[in-house]
Amino acid sequence: MANAPVLNYPAWLPEILDVVPQLLGVSINWSDYSVLLTIGWAVLAFTLIAIVAKASVVFMVLMERKVLAWLTQRVGPNRVGPWGLLQTLADGIKLLFKEDIMSKGSDKFLFTLGPAVFFTPTFIFFALLPFTDSMLAVALPAGALFVFAISSISVVGMVLSGWGSNNKYSLLGGMRSAAQAISYEVPLVLAVLAVVLFTGTMNIADIVRGQTGPFWNWYGFVLTPISFFIFFISALAEVNRIPFDLPEAESELVSGYNTEYTGMKFALFFLAEYAALFAMSGFITAFFAGGYFSPTGNYLIEYLTKTPYQDLTGIFQLVVQVEMLFWFLAKTYFFIFLAMWIRATLPRLKPDQLMGFSWKFLIPLSLVNIFVIALGKFFIAPGGIENIGDQAILSSPGVWITWAMWVGFAVGVYGLFFWFSSNSLNQKLEMRLVRR
Amino acid sequence: MSTSTPIEIPGVFTEQGYNTEDMVVNIGPQHPSTHGVLRLVTTLNGEVVKAMEPVIGYLHRSKEKMAESRSYFQYQPTLDRVEYLSSFFDHYVYVAAIEKISNLKVPKRVDYIRMITMELNRISSHLLWFGTFLLDLGATSPLFYAFREREEIFKLFEDVTGARMMYNYYRFGGVNADLPPGWLDDCRAFIKTMPKIIDEYEAIVTKNPIILDRTVGIGIIDYELCMKYGVTGPSLRAAGIDQDLRKTNSYLCYDEISFEVPLGKHGDVFDRYTVRMAEMRESCKIIEQCLDKIPGGDTQHILNKQAEVDAAKKRAKQNGEDPKAVPGIDPDWLTQGQKVNLMTYKPAVGEANVVCESPRGMLGCYLISDGTPKAYRVKWRGASFSNLSVLPETMIGNLYPDLMAIFGSLDVILPEVDR
Repeated sequence: MANAPVLNYPAWLPEILDVVPQLLGVSINWSDYSVLLTIGWAVLAFTLIAIVAKASVVFMVLMERKVLAWLTQRVGPNRVGPWGLLQTLADGIKLLFKEDIMSKGSDKFLFTLGPAVFFTPTFIFFALLPFTDSMLAVALPAGALFVFAISSISVVGMVLSGWGSNNKYSLLGGMRSAAQAISYEVPLVLAVLAVVLFTGTMNIADIVRGQTGPFWNWYGFVLTPISFFIFFISALAEVNRIPFDLPEAESELVSGYNTEYTGMKFALFFLAEYAALFAMSGFITAFFAGGYFSPTGNYLIEYLTKTPYQDLTGIFQLVVQVEMLFWFLAKTYFFIFLAMWIRATLPRLKPDQLMGFSWKFLIPLSLVNIFVIALGKFFIAPGGIENIGDQAILSSPGVWITWAMWVGFAVGVYGLFFWFSSNSLNQKLEMRLVRR
Repeated sequence: MSTSTPIEIPGVFTEQGYNTEDMVVNIGPQHPSTHGVLRLVTTLNGEVVKAMEPVIGYLHRSKEKMAESRSYFQYQPTLDRVEYLSSFFDHYVYVAAIEKISNLKVPKRVDYIRMITMELNRISSHLLWFGTFLLDLGATSPLFYAFREREEIFKLFEDVTGARMMYNYYRFGGVNADLPPGWLDDCRAFIKTMPKIIDEYEAIVTKNPIILDRTVGIGIIDYELCMKYGVTGPSLRAAGIDQDLRKTNSYLCYDEISFEVPLGKHGDVFDRYTVRMAEMRESCKIIEQCLDKIPGGDTQHILNKQAEVDAAKKRAKQNGEDPKAVPGIDPDWLTQGQKVNLMTYKPAVGEANVVCESPRGMLGCYLISDGTPKAYRVKWRGASFSNLSVLPETMIGNLYPDLMAIFGSLDVILPEVDR
């Protein structure tokens, strides 16, 4: 299980494809065509996923505007189409037909290269997202590593466009984005490292599979909550959402690295940002929130047919796939909503505070977290992923005692951290109280 | 002959390491957080500000010269455009200067109406500051919440003056029209809810750790700096200096009202924030007391008074009575007894300097009248100009993002700087 093959296709694919040969009266041994099926499935899945990605971005722009509008007592877009549904489409058409302006003195090659370098990696993310257990384009054995290798590339795009724009604000934005990316990839990777350490695999599909069962088996819920928080915060920084949107701080740098861009080049930045937000929320879901599993541990179709998922065949499995997709998207959009909520609530950090928060708080915390997870793994689940989904592991009383000790230790260490931080905050405020 | 001294060429390696150049950034005149058309020529070393020079004058409309070519009444509407966020204050000092020269007596009700409208205007001005200041820090929502209450105040103003922003309501010796019936109740209802709403604002802003990190200890303007540049208003009080013209000069009827002057301690951005928030609460208290104390009586300005007399004389003539028997204007209203037309109103010969505590600080109008319908000279003292001039010295050594916090906290409005 830990060594799932890269080449795979869902078991129900030949069954469905077999309908046509059966009608024609021809019998085909599908296992002879396994390579073809694997490639075909990867292409099919990625095409589906690419469509989902594009549609999700278009929907997310509207969602962001609506959510922000509701949070600030406004109505939001409601002119184009019913309920403003076509607003983003209209904006896209507008951007397509806009003049592509390149300012004088800009480095034309880098200026054009920047958006492409920024845009491409964010869509590669979608190949790695496990939407369902089979709707996954590539199940890389080192998927978790690949995600962060790819996510660093988009920063190069920001720096390129910041440099190529021949604009001082863009340059500052590009430099800020580089500094920010260096600072926040470390806790991001360290947070996932805790999960990888615990599960013993870097395959995202297997990490999701390890969270089988009801919601207390999800990694973000009981096992690695601090990793979850660190990952969530760092992911916000990684996709430049508001407390960390320094590279494009509109009140300081006008629009940061994309100040000089117009038309479709700007649209690429815009699309890529939302695609990255979607992908990062997807990875939060996959790593910490049980991926495509339902919160109760069983799918609706299992309740209806009273048969476990593995015994279902053909069309029933497809229905399960749809339900998996539903749960995955629901969780992903929940995290996207959280990001939007945070955007409406918090102001922006300064660059030095941003670096300080990462290097002085998040990274030490994630190191402590890794230590705690390693202890937990040593005492609870030395076998790695095979033992985690197993219900038997949670029934032994000895394990529970170890578990309780571990949780107590974790709460102590984490509590100390938060107590220190909140204490300094209160001191700061008390020094400055103003007579009312 | 020593050969060891390195030749310094910018941008190449020297013995000290990589020789870097400072970057000069023109922040403005078109920039999202300069609140208008201010240009800040800033020298940046990385993100650290090394030098800063404000360039002003992009919005210069020669407001002072305009006064010399227009009659007093014609000049008045242009005052709304000077400081468009709190124009009642500009109107007050201008009108009060003329009243002082001509020794016009103002009914008490007018004083109270002026106090209520000015304090409401102070709240609306501070509300806009609250929204834009936090917008500069990157928080988008408070702007919309602040505009919600600002809208309520604008509705009240619209009922009284007929305009939402350009009020042009005060007149020499009075106000344009009395308060509409029921307005005092509307105002009281709004003022009752306002402190709770300020609590809401503070709930999402004041204890926010990011806000504290960005404002506490940043941009300290202490007593010496305030004295050096003539900083006034909430920025001065944030430095702990108890100076409020409403207390010290007690113009209008502020001596009949009990209110506190909120003071800061350190003079940093956070103190300026808390002082302004506390000032809004104090303004609510002032308005509440004014609503209790406002007397009835006359609010007619001189023109209407004259028109009333004219109408009465005409009526008497039509009825075959002696028009000269109709009593004229109360001699208290006019010093010289000439027939008053507002368009050609001539104050006495003289000069007056009137100051008041505007939301941004000390606002002064120095007016010289030579007895003609046009002013000989009008000199404005806007608080924004002095408050802006302290910015470069405060900014040096701070980070570029601190500019938004510090400049935002000074509450500068550019039309008042340029005039």
